[in-house]
Amino acid sequence: MTARTSIAPPAEIVGAPVASRPTVWRKLRKNPSVLLGATIVLIMLFIGLIAPVIAPTDPTAINPAARNLLPLAESSARLEDGTRATIVHLMGTDSLGRDVYTRVLYGARVSILVGITVALVSVAIGTIIGTAAGYFRWLDSLIMRIMDGLMAIPAILLAIALVSLSSAGITTVIIAITVPEVPRIVRLVRSIVLSVREEPYVEAAITVGTPVLPLLIRHVLPNTIAPLIVQGTFVCASAILVEAILSFLGIGIPPETPTWGNIMAEGRQLFRLFPHNILFPGIFLAVTVLAVNILGDGLRDTLDPKMEKRA
Amino acid sequence: MISYILRRLAATIPVMLIVAVLVFLMLRLTPSDPAAIIAGDNATSEQILAIRAKLGLDQPIVTQFFTWLGRVLSGDFGNSFFFKKTVWELVSNRIEPTLSLSALTMVFAIAIAVPLGAIAAYRQGTLIDRVVMGFSVLGFSVPVFVIGYVLVYVFAINLGWFPVQGYQRLASGIGPWLQSLILPAVTLSVIYIALIARMTRTSMLDVLSEDYIRTARAKGQTEAKVLFRHALKNAAVPIVTVVGIGIALLIGGVVVTESVYSIPGLGRLTVDAVLARDFPVIQAIILLFSLVYVLINLIVDLSYTIFDPRIRH
Amino acid sequence: MSEPILQISNLSVDLPRNGDRSHAVEKVSFSVNAGEIVCVVGESGSGKSVTAHSVMGLLPKGQLTPTGGEILLEGENVLNASPGRLRALRGTRMSMIFQEPMTALNPVLTCGEQIDEVLQIHTDLALAVRKEKVLAIMEAVHLPDPARIYGAYPHQLSGGQRQRVMIAQALVLDPVLLIADEPTTALDVTTQAQILRLISEMQERRGTGVLFITHDFGVVADIADRVVVMEKGQVVEMGTTEAVLKRPQHSYTRMLIDAVPTLDPPSREENAAPIMLETAKLSKIYGTGGFFRKTGEVRAASEVDLKVRGGETLGIVGESGSGKSTVARCIARLVDPTSGSIRVGDLDVATMSERELRPHRRRCQIVFQDPYRSLNPRRSVGASIIEGPVNFGTPHKEAYAMARELMSLVGLSPDALDRYPHQFSGGQRQRICIARALAMRPEILIADEAVSALDVSVQTQVLELLEDVRRKFNLALLFITHDLRVAAQICDRIMVMKSGLVVEQGRTAELFAAPQHPYTKALFEAAPGRTFEFARTPSM
Repeated sequence: MTARTSIAPPAEIVGAPVASRPTVWRKLRKNPSVLLGATIVLIMLFIGLIAPVIAPTDPTAINPAARNLLPLAESSARLEDGTRATIVHLMGTDSLGRDVYTRVLYGARVSILVGITVALVSVAIGTIIGTAAGYFRWLDSLIMRIMDGLMAIPAILLAIALVSLSSAGITTVIIAITVPEVPRIVRLVRSIVLSVREEPYVEAAITVGTPVLPLLIRHVLPNTIAPLIVQGTFVCASAILVEAILSFLGIGIPPETPTWGNIMAEGRQLFRLFPHNILFPGIFLAVTVLAVNILGDGLRDTLDPKMEKRA
Repeated sequence: MISYILRRLAATIPVMLIVAVLVFLMLRLTPSDPAAIIAGDNATSEQILAIRAKLGLDQPIVTQFFTWLGRVLSGDFGNSFFFKKTVWELVSNRIEPTLSLSALTMVFAIAIAVPLGAIAAYRQGTLIDRVVMGFSVLGFSVPVFVIGYVLVYVFAINLGWFPVQGYQRLASGIGPWLQSLILPAVTLSVIYIALIARMTRTSMLDVLSEDYIRTARAKGQTEAKVLFRHALKNAAVPIVTVVGIGIALLIGGVVVTESVYSIPGLGRLTVDAVLARDFPVIQAIILLFSLVYVLINLIVDLSYTIFDPRIRH
Repeated sequence: MSEPILQISNLSVDLPRNGDRSHAVEKVSFSVNAGEIVCVVGESGSGKSVTAHSVMGLLPKGQLTPTGGEILLEGENVLNASPGRLRALRGTRMSMIFQEPMTALNPVLTCGEQIDEVLQIHTDLALAVRKEKVLAIMEAVHLPDPARIYGAYPHQLSGGQRQRVMIAQALVLDPVLLIADEPTTALDVTTQAQILRLISEMQERRGTGVLFITHDFGVVADIADRVVVMEKGQVVEMGTTEAVLKRPQHSYTRMLIDAVPTLDPPSREENAAPIMLETAKLSKIYGTGGFFRKTGEVRAASEVDLKVRGGETLGIVGESGSGKSTVARCIARLVDPTSGSIRVGDLDVATMSERELRPHRRRCQIVFQDPYRSLNPRRSVGASIIEGPVNFGTPHKEAYAMARELMSLVGLSPDALDRYPHQFSGGQRQRICIARALAMRPEILIADEAVSALDVSVQTQVLELLEDVRRKFNLALLFITHDLRVAAQICDRIMVMKSGLVVEQGRTAELFAAPQHPYTKALFEAAPGRTFEFARTPSM
């Protein structure tokens, strides 16, 4: 058989310069969903950051003389230096006379803070637990039983129950929203780890003596990055929603803190007469969540097109 | 097949047991002492100790758990701290509105979502597909209570077609019952429709690229039959799965929707109980909802046998 | 000769833009006569499947479009047929069977329903008549117990039975043309032989013209009347089977035929080197415990005894499910053996814990089947090659220098080390995997179906490379394969496995000359093209 070498085409010498794949960044920049979603999210983040600069008053300043004003109404308020100033209430005021526009601007801070924190924390915890469950078989059934139990309690209900255990506050809310998200991340990471550990390149790394930790970091976990970015984005969207729901029900962040949910909760009683207290924060909330979801869809289409099948 | 059913049935027991442990621990982890809550603000420490002993709180935690579990299994959820009734009285009264709302929502959502998703998949990339998918993202993003208030504002306050709030019991006639539930059900169904339509589309797209679809075309089958005879049944398992998983979303939505529409159901009770720190009630509600959720998903699992012969055998 | 039933002339099919060439198929012309089997043969990317799908009008919409030529089915140009007309022709005048009978059948419909569907679409027959016809065709394709299989779902049948159901479905309305797209590639060799026999029988009995797509010259030799050879979308040669296989004219055809390993093992000298690898009563049992399932255990490998000496190649040959890969994976300790011993040098590695095992990992390396999944796509090939030596303390620089040498050794440019796997072809990736294994300076190399996923011309080159490195490094080579031809060429000794058991082992030449066990005999008989004398370019 060696004699026939002469007839066979010469062994390929160099890796053929196959058309290089467009880089992930370029693909992301070209995706309209990513662009649109990211732009809106950045605008909201920016609004939250510069809220103290652009807001006309203090978000907790109560003005009994200016209660329940309609949008665009004006009021005058005493400033710290004793002079009086006229304020235009773009979105009206609430039943305590607080400026809704100011509160809505500040509300962006809380929503985005909660969304991002919950996403980061749940992804971090979920990745560690999920990797352990996927790689160490003896841990797997124990961890997954607990996760099954956690997932059997509907997420909002679990969050509500957790909130009720402790005093209201932003940390409690963040923990309460994070806990129900963790099992979902665990399942995702575990399923990826389970399938990747069967890949021949991982087995090859085992046979060349790669220890467990480098093996996981070099060969297994990189496969979870794209799905986790996508999933983390969706977790962020749902966390913003759940925070608003908890505040709206009056069991979330304390009512004086300006959050979109709190503004709406405050507006419930007089909803028939003054729907703007629900309308404006509602629009901000919906647009923000929509933007995060659109961003997530775009990220999924570019980074992890097979994801929906896994879910 | 019977072994499959038995196995699925058996698998729900540990899950419910873990839920029970979690719920029990949650209560015990509270910083506030239930005995102190019951005894009231002016109680002496002797009185509190007496109540602790009466409630069995001085026992080891494992003993407490099994005592508690035994009571729960016999239907005794204890007494409400706040309402001065037994928890079961309180809860059982609230089941009908919640059940009515959820059932109506499910029927409505499935009837709308599955055809929408199937059409979107078949017409992938067209305007119809984009509209359906756009609606789906929107449905995931707008909070239930915002949808609720917009609907109330338009259809109840401005147009006056429906009552703004409240619930009519089924006993007062189907008409009023239905009228009081239409707005809440539509409100609640939005997110559920978004979820199911999306999964239907994904699942159908998957199936439509399978080899056996090509085989069906190679036989000369018409497109309509390819879609309905070959594709839909194969796509069913992920769809019913998401219907089951979506129950969790639905239950979350119930809590909010009942608050918006002042429906005296379990969702309202949840919020009231949390505001009052009424832990026995919270416990009972969580256990009840989780049980329903697990059981519905069990039924979903069992329904796979209808759609997929590979599971049946 | 009468009018051909299928006449393809000047068919061109465009590829979507930004491909490596503009046409999937370019100016292809050939014909199929009634009662004749025409094989279209070529390597992957030759356009053979695209041609077949064009005839059926089943090209993926929007991606591949026929742009020129005509396809006449009994004189009617199917390229111009309306969708409705095309549907009417499919199943009645022409029909098709596919490579993967499992995925080509709808899993939620019974086999009977699926065959019956063809009758429902194209005839007005009553249910009872249809059922009779379905049972008759099932009988004709030799499905055992047609009444039972009528109500059975595809997953309840074996691979061969499923393909028979596909054939029954294709032939139930007696089409003039049957297109078979690699119908036996996914099947075991013994099943393949049965299906090939069935297709010939059907074609003879019914006078069907068959357009048979394959990459396997053995299959061509067994069933073809005429052969069409395709390369990169073009027909390079056609003629009768005798003419093409024995007197190939085109250099590409000659190369393909030369690359088919013969079933005559070359003589090999006796090896008396020390034993490097020895297993004794090696067993792997997969148990399925559980409360409600007592299906018991699967004996993937049962009491396997083998020895490999330095510089020797032992082949393990078997069909799918024979346990050959399980043995390999046990020896590489990718799965834990249930019992038995694995001696590497003077150590028993069978029962070592992962920690104890790690220092000995380097002595045994493995090359896997799928070149596309064997290298981490996120890491440069250089990083993959040096990973092992660096694990064992070789300084990075030194390891890299060694990797450069190894790249030259396996026939690749050392400068390609910083490239990523997707920039290499399948054959090149297998070379890189071999380099990665060699970087560990192993004593034992396991090749687990290492050439099975490669085109035949590339296969030859990788086999030669394995031979070279075995000799050069005095490796004990354990070669797992399902392909007798490949085994004949590379193995000193052969072990035949079936259902986890070793049924026979011996020196390759002796085993091929006089197989003892009935299963081994059956395997030899099933080898496609066994009796055919291929043209061989004379050895130098």
